[in-house]
Amino acid sequence: MTVTGYLKDKILYISLSGEMDECSAHEAREKCDKLIENNSAADKIIINLSDVAFMDSTGIGFLIGRYKKASRLSIPLYVEKPNFAADKILNISGIYSLIPKV
Amino acid sequence: MTKNYLKLQFYSYPRNQAFARDAVAAFCVELNPTLAELSDVKTAVSEAVTNCTVHAYRDEPGLISVECETEDGKLHIKVTDSGKGIDDIDRAVQPFFTSAPSDERSGMGFTIMQTFMDEFKLESKRGEGTVVYMTKRFKTEVENA
Repeated sequence: MTVTGYLKDKILYISLSGEMDECSAHEAREKCDKLIENNSAADKIIINLSDVAFMDSTGIGFLIGRYKKASRLSIPLYVEKPNFAADKILNISGIYSLIPKV
Repeated sequence: MTKNYLKLQFYSYPRNQAFARDAVAAFCVELNPTLAELSDVKTAVSEAVTNCTVHAYRDEPGLISVECETEDGKLHIKVTDSGKGIDDIDRAVQPFFTSAPSDERSGMGFTIMQTFMDEFKLESKRGEGTVVYMTKRFKTEVENA
């Protein structure tokens, strides 16, 4: 799983690409957390899921983990563009009440 | 269509999760699933196999078997492990219940299997292992005369 990010107008944009499962989550967590730590002055974080081709419930745990990390820094977290399948899982979990979709 | 059968057996290494779900998806293509149905099956298999890796064989790797049978537009899946088993099945299937909260587990695995598949059954015995049975019914499209 590839994780890339950039800061623009005080918004940290993080893009995930590939398959999110138990096997790939560990590395994605570390890369994502590093981006958040290095941009702790951001006003907002948006995680783009458009290139996530597959996601199981590992993705829910992953997003909640990043939500907790961002919350400790008082930065609100959002997700955008999940594909149909990822959207179904995120909806079932009720995660959008914590991490809104933009 | 005649019945078809597939059996996979592999070690509970995390890198085998993608292989298992992709193999099951490829196997059921002959039932003409929609992309959404195929995605449901892949996700449910991924959940069942991941449970074996992170719970059943938490202490040491072991063998997982995934059996599939197609019959009359239905796909039956059986995922078996010989791991530690589940102490309290009723509790394990509750949404958001996890025995490993420190690992960022969502506790949604069984809920997703139940929601994404049409039938779901779980059998487990402590110290002996767990079997997950799931069935997906594919909606056959009505062909024009």
